[in-house]
Amino acid sequence: MTPILSPQGLAGLIFLGCVAATIAGALLATNATRLIRAVTGLALCMVGVAGIYYFLGSPFVALMQILIYAGAVCVTIIFAIMLAEPHEMKRVGKVHALAGPASILAATVLVWGLAALGTKTVWQPVACRAKNGTLEEVGQSMLTTYSMSFELISVVLLIAIIGSLALARAGRSK
Amino acid sequence: MDILALQNSLNTYLVLGALLFGFGAYGMMRNRTFIGMLISAELVLGGASINFMAFSRFLAPDPTVGQIFTLFIMGLAAAEAAIALSIIIAVYRNFKSIDTDDVAELEG
Repeated sequence: MTPILSPQGLAGLIFLGCVAATIAGALLATNATRLIRAVTGLALCMVGVAGIYYFLGSPFVALMQILIYAGAVCVTIIFAIMLAEPHEMKRVGKVHALAGPASILAATVLVWGLAALGTKTVWQPVACRAKNGTLEEVGQSMLTTYSMSFELISVVLLIAIIGSLALARAGRSK
Repeated sequence: MDILALQNSLNTYLVLGALLFGFGAYGMMRNRTFIGMLISAELVLGGASINFMAFSRFLAPDPTVGQIFTLFIMGLAAAEAAIALSIIIAVYRNFKSIDTDDVAELEG
């Protein structure tokens, strides 16, 4: 058992805090009755996931997670809610009576299956590692080995910007 | 089981990724609005990214691959959110609603 007042114990406590933030955020994002609360839950969940990326040895991806998800995506969704939901959302209660329990059941089966698959498999540890996964190596392989995907993703983002502008502009006079 | 050393085992991350995926699937089935479904889709993508990062940290010979893949997933998620939100706004202009039940003109 790790003593709680050692550096490892405190790191473990912070990790548990990140996991708790992730799960609480996901619960809030899926169960909230109003959309604005669901977005708050999504932001909380993504900050927790950023902490988990930090524990996985990648502070850069953690920073990007906070910037892109908790920053850009959540703010964009909030803008859309303000534009498209002027009045109180209709209560969720009018769905079919079986929909709630059935979706909980289906999601439980999914989680149980995936988690059992992950924990029961005997993963082979790697024999020797060529790299350590530092930011410098990430940058180098992004611009050498994965330069094609890097360029493609910038094209995808450009098309997404133009496409969303065109979509949101159509029918503006209504 | 040592609860304070959970961050050093691959299984923790795999179970957490599966949990996020399950929350996303549950929200996708339960939510009645387009924006709620979009939020659930982001949760699913987050679960997948955690899996990629965990495998690249613990098992991959080249640990940069998972990080780069996660960055690409983030870029695609941002593009997806932008497109989906502009579609939602266009739908709202035509139907005055973002409820999935109200947008059913093609229903027989």
